[in-house]
Amino acid sequence: MTLARFLGFVFLCLATRLAVAGPKIDHWQTPSGARVFFVENHDLPIVDVQVAFAAGSAYEPQGKAGLAGLTQGLLDLGVEGLDENQIASRLADLGAILSGGVDQDRSFVSLRTLSAEDKRGPALSILRAVLGTPQFPAEVFEREKTRTVLSLKDALTRPETISSQLFWATMYPTHAYGRNATPESVAALKRADIQNFYRNHYTASRAVVSLVGDLTREQAEVVAQRLTESLPSEASVPVVLGEPQLPSASVHRIAHPAAQAHVLMGLPALKRGDPDFFPLLVGNYSLGGGGFVSRLMKEVREKRGFAYSVYSYFLPLAVMGPFQIGLQTKKNQAGEALKVVRDVLAGFLADGPSEDELTAAKQYLVGSFPLRLDSNRKTLENIAVIGFYGLPLDYLDRYAENVEKVTVDEIKAAFARHVPLNHLVTVVVGGE
Amino acid sequence: MATLKRFIRQAACVFVLVLPFAAEANPFERQLANGLRVIVKEDRRAPTAVHMAWYRVGAMDEHNGTTGVAHLLEHMMFKGTPTTGPGEFSRVVAAAGGRDNAFTNKDYTAYFQQVPKQKLALVMQLEADRMRHLTLDPKEFDQEIRVVMEERRLRTDDNPRARLFEALGAVAFEAHPYRVPVIGWMNDLQNMTVQDARDWYDRWYVPNNAYVVVVGDVDHADVFKLAEKYYGGLEARALPSRKPQVEPEQRGIRRLVVKAPAELPMVAMAYKVPVIRDVEQDADPYALEILAAVLDGHDAARFSKNLVRKQKLAVSAGAGYDATSRGPGLFYLLGSPVRGKTRAELEAGFRAEIARIVKDGVTVDELARARAQLVSGEIYKLDSMFAQAMEIGQHEAAGVPYTLNKRLIEKLESVTTEQVQSVAQKYFIDDLLTVAELDPQPLPQTPRASSAKTRH
Repeated sequence: MTLARFLGFVFLCLATRLAVAGPKIDHWQTPSGARVFFVENHDLPIVDVQVAFAAGSAYEPQGKAGLAGLTQGLLDLGVEGLDENQIASRLADLGAILSGGVDQDRSFVSLRTLSAEDKRGPALSILRAVLGTPQFPAEVFEREKTRTVLSLKDALTRPETISSQLFWATMYPTHAYGRNATPESVAALKRADIQNFYRNHYTASRAVVSLVGDLTREQAEVVAQRLTESLPSEASVPVVLGEPQLPSASVHRIAHPAAQAHVLMGLPALKRGDPDFFPLLVGNYSLGGGGFVSRLMKEVREKRGFAYSVYSYFLPLAVMGPFQIGLQTKKNQAGEALKVVRDVLAGFLADGPSEDELTAAKQYLVGSFPLRLDSNRKTLENIAVIGFYGLPLDYLDRYAENVEKVTVDEIKAAFARHVPLNHLVTVVVGGE
Repeated sequence: MATLKRFIRQAACVFVLVLPFAAEANPFERQLANGLRVIVKEDRRAPTAVHMAWYRVGAMDEHNGTTGVAHLLEHMMFKGTPTTGPGEFSRVVAAAGGRDNAFTNKDYTAYFQQVPKQKLALVMQLEADRMRHLTLDPKEFDQEIRVVMEERRLRTDDNPRARLFEALGAVAFEAHPYRVPVIGWMNDLQNMTVQDARDWYDRWYVPNNAYVVVVGDVDHADVFKLAEKYYGGLEARALPSRKPQVEPEQRGIRRLVVKAPAELPMVAMAYKVPVIRDVEQDADPYALEILAAVLDGHDAARFSKNLVRKQKLAVSAGAGYDATSRGPGLFYLLGSPVRGKTRAELEAGFRAEIARIVKDGVTVDELARARAQLVSGEIYKLDSMFAQAMEIGQHEAAGVPYTLNKRLIEKLESVTTEQVQSVAQKYFIDDLLTVAELDPQPLPQTPRASSAKTRH
């Protein structure tokens, strides 16, 4: 018995006892209609808030790719009564940090502030204004559009961006997930597009408020209502996205002078809440998710030195999000590396993980559970996903149990359902 | 756009997160008989712990011909000892529910594991084992050096900004080893041998050249006992002498141009400035930190407000300065001009902003704003055990005792408007300046996709 095996055995015996429950998540709906998820924690004098909307890039009207990102970026660049510099200066004076982002499904704004009332109150008022009264000043809109176009042009000279865009377009040829912002699509955006997108998507019924930190439940209720009561009134834009169709298997190449070829493989595979989530999560750990201990890492990096980074993951979204394998390798060995990846994937699909691999995956996923929740920031990220996608409130409490009960057969069956090779697309940018 | 500082650390470093902080009687420290220092900060908010082993050796201790060996050795540290097979270290940590990695910088090399607190003893045992018993198998080396070359291609060769900073460092410093990139020159990697790695390991990987940092839900007395048990038996050994390699005084502006595939040009300006050598006596490094915050501490700081928003001269404009390092300091200005504006115009824009501070200084409001961010930043960093451990480790590596962290903040808070103006006058002069420009090159052809349907 090797050291690893022995420790693994000891660990498994302890695993069920070590597996801690998740934090207590309070959930309610504000009078304004927003859903709220709250974890009370007074260890530090900090409050973290995230307000997310069903306003990701998938909701952009046809031909307006880049609209969601530009809208989100303009929110804090001018509100009723404050210009962009006043907003940023006041936040800095308060020591508060405003950030945000956009993905396929969500647009969100986050605020981290000290919990002392003289800091928290004014900081939350600014967040309220950013969400409720953005002005999208014409001059600021033009400037930010120009900056976005230039940054996008620059990004599109690099193989990682070119490959990523081609990959999504190929996986989702007829679905909103496959539309990429281009310099042309952003340049064509009008200020009215921004205003319309904001009005239709930044509404309370599309909003999820996540709160973690030094607040009481009563305070949290007031905060959530205040943040969402001045949002645009409800519009009739549907929340539900269409189901993607699976592409047929194909290989796409784009030449590039980079030293390395960038290789991506994948297909639309998994939506949030799918019952196969845990078999796929556990299985993928052994395939390419488990950092230094995955099969892909062993075969591509450790045995052959082909790549610094090689990975696979599922990105579950509102509708089928991708399964993705990626690596970068010296351009003259891209073909060889690709073959290794294909063989590893085919082998995994045929046989699933070994019992040892399954044990290792469970040990890590269950054992590392406390690391997923050991800061307010991580807790916020977790409850924001649970809230936005409507996962069960006991998702974290039952996480370990759900991991533990996965079997090799379930993994094989789930991979067969979700990763059919006749729909797998491959993208290679650069190489020879 | 307060990301430049982070970028600078990342550029100089193979894997690093942010900066960060500490409290009163906690942390606790003990030194073992073999010279190893153990620093423990108790943080009982969650049942986890982070364990780090820091070595006072980094890329700046390398010699020409074997640049990159510090980082290569870091990779080899995962390749086994007589009792732990190649790759087993990470397997065992993962099976314990832990995450592990390492990072190499100009100043130091560090290894870390984040684990459920019950697993602390296990990772201390593993870390102590590889401190003195690394196998350095030639076959493993042959694979791993190829991985490192891929890493260099990924992070530097195909990354215009990284190439710009690599070239800038090599021109700004003529004698000091900060001129060499952490990842190493490609030709040195191509010619590296397992013996180079072994020499490095034998020279520097000893307990008296290391310190251990533990932050988490632990009792410091228990950790000291574990440290004695696992690290206590390792023998100390005399370290080689380190030559100071002081950089000669720069007299005259230096300029360079890097060409790379890109759309946006870049201008990077680096002024030679001091760093903290004596926490109590020094003054200028603190004023420079505050100056960086005034220029680029938030979205309405001067560079963003004036160069990006008002003048619409730059797509991005930032400033960066790190007051703690073993070697000499640089204060960076970095930006990209918008289309229709030249690199020279952006450089002139940067110079005009500096000139305004030289002439008129900064306002009391700007200073208050920088202070408010410092104060809140001290609280926010307590949310991350990893960040707290990083801060202790990085400061110690730079010779700034972690016990003085609080003084450091007090010194920063006490900086006056006059001091900020004075450092701008003193250091922002052409004789101390290196300017690096990225001259963007179009891709050889418009990317055209060729596609093929496949069958399985």
